[in-house]
Amino acid sequence: MSNKESIVDIPTVNKIARLSRLNIPEASKQNLTNDLNNILGFVAQLDEVNTSDVKPLASVTGHKLPLRSDKVTDGNIEDLVLKNAPESSSGFFVVPKVIE
Amino acid sequence: MNESFNLKPGQINGETGIWEMVIGLEIHAQISSKSKLFSGASASFGAEANSNVSLVDAAMPGMLPVINEFCVEQAVKTGLALNAKINNVSIFDRKNYFYADLPQGYQISQFTKPIVGEGEIIIDLDDGLQTTIGIERLHLEQDAGKSLHDQHPSKSYIDLNRTGVALMEIVSKPDIRSPQEAGAYVKKIRSILRYVGACDGNMEEGSLRADCNVSVRKSGEEFGTRCEIKNLNSVRFIIQAIQSEAERQVEILEEGGKINQETRLFDTSTGETRSMRSKEDAHDYRYFPDPDLLPLEFSDSWVQKIRETLPELPDLLKKRLVTDFGITPYDASILVEEKDYVDFYQKAANGKDGKLTANWMITELFGALKKENISLSNSPISPENLGQLIALISDGTISGKIAKDVFAEMMISKKSPSDIVKEKGLEQVSDDTEILKLIDKVISENEDKVKDYLGGKDKLFGFFVGQVMKLSQGKANPGIVNKLLKDKLK
Repeated sequence: MSNKESIVDIPTVNKIARLSRLNIPEASKQNLTNDLNNILGFVAQLDEVNTSDVKPLASVTGHKLPLRSDKVTDGNIEDLVLKNAPESSSGFFVVPKVIE
Repeated sequence: MNESFNLKPGQINGETGIWEMVIGLEIHAQISSKSKLFSGASASFGAEANSNVSLVDAAMPGMLPVINEFCVEQAVKTGLALNAKINNVSIFDRKNYFYADLPQGYQISQFTKPIVGEGEIIIDLDDGLQTTIGIERLHLEQDAGKSLHDQHPSKSYIDLNRTGVALMEIVSKPDIRSPQEAGAYVKKIRSILRYVGACDGNMEEGSLRADCNVSVRKSGEEFGTRCEIKNLNSVRFIIQAIQSEAERQVEILEEGGKINQETRLFDTSTGETRSMRSKEDAHDYRYFPDPDLLPLEFSDSWVQKIRETLPELPDLLKKRLVTDFGITPYDASILVEEKDYVDFYQKAANGKDGKLTANWMITELFGALKKENISLSNSPISPENLGQLIALISDGTISGKIAKDVFAEMMISKKSPSDIVKEKGLEQVSDDTEILKLIDKVISENEDKVKDYLGGKDKLFGFFVGQVMKLSQGKANPGIVNKLLKDKLK
């Protein structure tokens, strides 16, 4: 295992947390960093396998991406769509102001 | 400075010399499908808020995307029309970011392996020149929802109707060198999309919008740092935004400053661009392959089938109009701008004088429609009736001057030109004896002028022609009037 060699550090964890809108308590950051390094280190073992002649594998089932025909088969369920919204008004979701 | 007289479009004459622009465009074209890219909700425009939303679009847990075959076909069709490489295997990736109108928390797009690769198109510039612009790629992606910020002082209102609607993003190479070229490029892409039927090209409704990447450099230097102007929805704004952004960059660089690579918005009221207050990590999208979607694969024979459905495209069509109908390349380029125009023209010019038909269609018909603010598809004059009018001119039944009156009448009454000519007795008079009667009358009423003419005042000839035409109420054949008058006044 190559977990001695750290792949992520605390600033990286901070960045990923911010991008993911996750609030991580200061006290757990070191543990989380270690955990991530362990996971990434474990996965990094795959790099030891020579895959130069192996095609990327997207699925083991042999299925292909199914296609559907262009028909309107869904929608007109505003009530259902808005059911879990903390706030809604005249058919819209209502959220705290987001201004670009 | 004197040098400014020699500036080409896209050049800026700064304090330190001449700068040139480097421009690349990303065009987002909404695919003209009935339903969305990955759900069966309607993709139509202008419905009640959140009525065209399925649980897939609302990103409810456990919902799975299933791709719309029509959208795939349109992307391939457009790729073929852009002379581009079609990738038989492409991959959908998740582009991750948070925004209130993006319920999934990611947009399904194509990052590493788009459905269409490199291609190129020819654009037509105002001076009649053409230039080639490279296409970098075309990929399929989902549109986001719509946020309304002006409904409430402290809240935003979200409508997810557009969420998941299929878009094609067409990315150009940084081959564009002036705002005018950028405008011509957008027009050409729009025209191709409309011919192919992949997108209605309606910029007002947002079916076609462009992001412009702009940088400046001194001729021969490396590319400068670029800024991206987001979401421009008219050719005029694209031209204005690029010009003002390039001037802003030149000013900064000449003052010794540096360009920050950033996303900017074009303010249509000031005609200038301003920085979007984006977060520093806004561009860290952490793309990864969407685990809900297998790679999109299709065979060469499937692509071939689509190739066979391609219509005749504007460039080839233009050449054919010049050869088949004998019209000028300039007229042909106007007629191929819209598929409607060409269809109308070909119907009208069928078996007629092609040049004359093109003149009448472009000058008279387009002029009259523009004045009345009517589109060609609602024209009161049908292609068949325009063709008939041309035939009446060509065979000498009416003169060009009378034809204008008939045309005006056709615009109002929608009647056929031959009916109008019959009803109003407008047939051109080409009968010698009829015309001679008129000539005799004019001569007898103007004996003094005849004397002057015969005495050497040659200029008076035009006067006699005018009088005879007036007497005939414009119906006499001017050629014959000329000939007979000359004989008579020897």
